[in-house]
Amino acid sequence: MAINWFKYSSPASFYSLAEKIIPIFIFVALILLAAGLYVGFFVAPTDFQQGEAYRIIFIHVPAAWMSMFLYVVMAFWAGIGLAFNTRLSSMLATAIAPTGAMFTFIALWTGALWGKPMWGTWWVWDARLTSELILFFLYIGFMSLQAAIDDPRRADKAGAIIALVGVVNIPIIYFSVQWWNTLHQGASVSVNQAPAMASTMLTGMLIMVFASWMYSIAVILKRTRIIILERESHTAWVAELQKKGALR
Amino acid sequence: MNWSSWTEFFAMGGYGLYVWGSYVVTFICILGEIFIISNRRRTLERQYGLTNGLNNKETKNETTS
Repeated sequence: MAINWFKYSSPASFYSLAEKIIPIFIFVALILLAAGLYVGFFVAPTDFQQGEAYRIIFIHVPAAWMSMFLYVVMAFWAGIGLAFNTRLSSMLATAIAPTGAMFTFIALWTGALWGKPMWGTWWVWDARLTSELILFFLYIGFMSLQAAIDDPRRADKAGAIIALVGVVNIPIIYFSVQWWNTLHQGASVSVNQAPAMASTMLTGMLIMVFASWMYSIAVILKRTRIIILERESHTAWVAELQKKGALR
Repeated sequence: MNWSSWTEFFAMGGYGLYVWGSYVVTFICILGEIFIISNRRRTLERQYGLTNGLNNKETKNETTS
């Protein structure tokens, strides 16, 4: 029995698949959010240096990781859509951008509110902060470029170019703390060495990271379904769904 | 249990402004995004001339007649 790998790359089957799995992600996201906040505020101890201010880490780090990761995923799907002319891939890239921009804003905002008590300033033109700000502009640029072009397929192509060009910024953000060694802290959690963090703090942070993953997947799938409907309103499968009253 | 009272919890060791300033804005962003999406969904369904209720009634009449 040959597996048809591309069954869910057609908007129609993706539309119904997404409808079934979105509630799962919402449910898991809520559970992890509650657990993460509980560990973050009631289990993790006070930091000997930063006191209670460090608790911002439970949203700052997940948001920053998500902002970078979502950009890479967006650029990937935009590239696939550009290369193979598959419109669902481009729709997925379009659906990711707003969530990625929101996480970038949250990372910048929570970073500034953490920097004020710890560094004594809201903002400094530090390598990491500046490259994250550039990431925010890239997201805004992607969204406004696509909004400026009427024909969705041409907007997808234009968006794919800006997304792919902007991918170079992601390693810059990640390594900025080592290359330029400026104010922002180096990686306390990295793949090649043990995390330099107390275990309960780390657990709380990682739970929040997974919660942000679940949230992002749910929200992006929801937005993708809307984009599919917006673009495929003329198709037969939508008309048929509509007649059957199954257009949820 | 790090906090002995709610006031201490909200004071957050003197960093309350920064910690709660971060958490409140984050939740506002997330709730905002959820609201924007459901709003977009509602306008789309209005464009399709269907609300779930209306749609079911139509199809039911068709099948029965």
